Amino acid sequence: MLQGINLTCVRGDRRLFKEVNFILEAGGLMQVHGPNGSGKTSLLRMLCGLSHPAMGEITWCGTSIRVLGGEYFANLTYIGHLSGTKDDLTVLENLRISSALAGVRISERQASDALTHMGLNGREFLPAKVLSQGQRRRVALARLLVCKTKLWILDEPLAALDVMAVQLIQELLEQHLAEKGLVVMTTHQEIDVTAVSKVHLRLV
Amino acid sequence: MFFWIIQRDLLLAVRRRSDVLTTLFFFVIVVSLFPLSVGPEMNLLRIMAPGVVWVAALLASMLSLGRLFSSDYLDGTLEQMLLSPQSLSILVLGKALAHWLVTGVPLVLMAPVLGIQYDLPADALFVLVLSLLLGTPVLSLIGAIGAALTLGLRGGGVLVSLLVLPLYIPVLIFGAGAVEANMAGISYDAHLSLLGAFLLVSLVFAPWAIASSLRVSME
Repeated sequence: MLQGINLTCVRGDRRLFKEVNFILEAGGLMQVHGPNGSGKTSLLRMLCGLSHPAMGEITWCGTSIRVLGGEYFANLTYIGHLSGTKDDLTVLENLRISSALAGVRISERQASDALTHMGLNGREFLPAKVLSQGQRRRVALARLLVCKTKLWILDEPLAALDVMAVQLIQELLEQHLAEKGLVVMTTHQEIDVTAVSKVHLRLV
Repeated sequence: MFFWIIQRDLLLAVRRRSDVLTTLFFFVIVVSLFPLSVGPEMNLLRIMAPGVVWVAALLASMLSLGRLFSSDYLDGTLEQMLLSPQSLSILVLGKALAHWLVTGVPLVLMAPVLGIQYDLPADALFVLVLSLLLGTPVLSLIGAIGAALTLGLRGGGVLVSLLVLPLYIPVLIFGAGAVEANMAGISYDAHLSLLGAFLLVSLVFAPWAIASSLRVSME
């Protein structure tokens, strides 16, 4: 499904990594490991198509993602370092607008169900600026529940989350993988997810 | 999708009214300073009026360009927009339109009131409003290209004025020219047709240019 061929990333004069190869099949989980500054986020942004590799190619179902464009984006949910929540909008508006951006229209009911699942019930109508870091993260992750995409690319999804939420994300990942979804993620925390195939990619 | 993004940006503008009011007050103050400094010389003021109002509109519209993409950039929403399966050009067209509704339209509505300070006759006020109505969306569209190109740069505010102001010049010339032509008693149709042409061309090409600039800036 998702394949990286000879990926090289250059930032300014520095080469972050070179000749990274991987294949991820349906139901597979890829964890990207590496110390700070080794290019994990750069690799993930590359996989999203936000930046282009200096060399090499990324393919989705055998076709380059540059060719697929919007068709690839329709299969993809990316949650990066920045949560993408607007401070001046309420939690509910944030979720509805971010899923509309991803091409999924959801009703208020669906949005509040997803937020309840993420442990944010009773906070739907609060402006996002009063939320804590962990709660913002939960709002961003709630998008995974409503946008039923095949490929999830998660950059440090567990950062700032409490034990309960980590457990919740773990279950969410397992369910997604069982439904033949693909997950690419970075994390510094230990997480134990059962998957059909697991790929560990180490950047140095 | 297009309407979603407009609705979102308008909602954000309503929640942050101060941003909108800053632009409008800037426009009002700049235009009002001239009659106060020149003094009550009606003939002089009448000649100056179109130019002053148009220059103030240019500067006011530029004042708000910095915020057009930067807040979305800082909180990560822009990343999500780039990853949207919808066409990015349509999305940015929506954003530019919302920018015009929030900053351009209030200027257009305020202009006739400010024109009275310059003793402009009623039909000249009408032409002024018409020219601003056609011209200010062009300012938003061209300005958005500059804002997209300078996204994330330090000192982007200065750079955006250097980039965008020269491109505003044709709009300024024909916008102010329409009102001057009307006051000189000649037809202003040609000026307005040209402004309309600018609007159509920028409606077609600017979204594409904004989208490409954003992709480059985000890489």
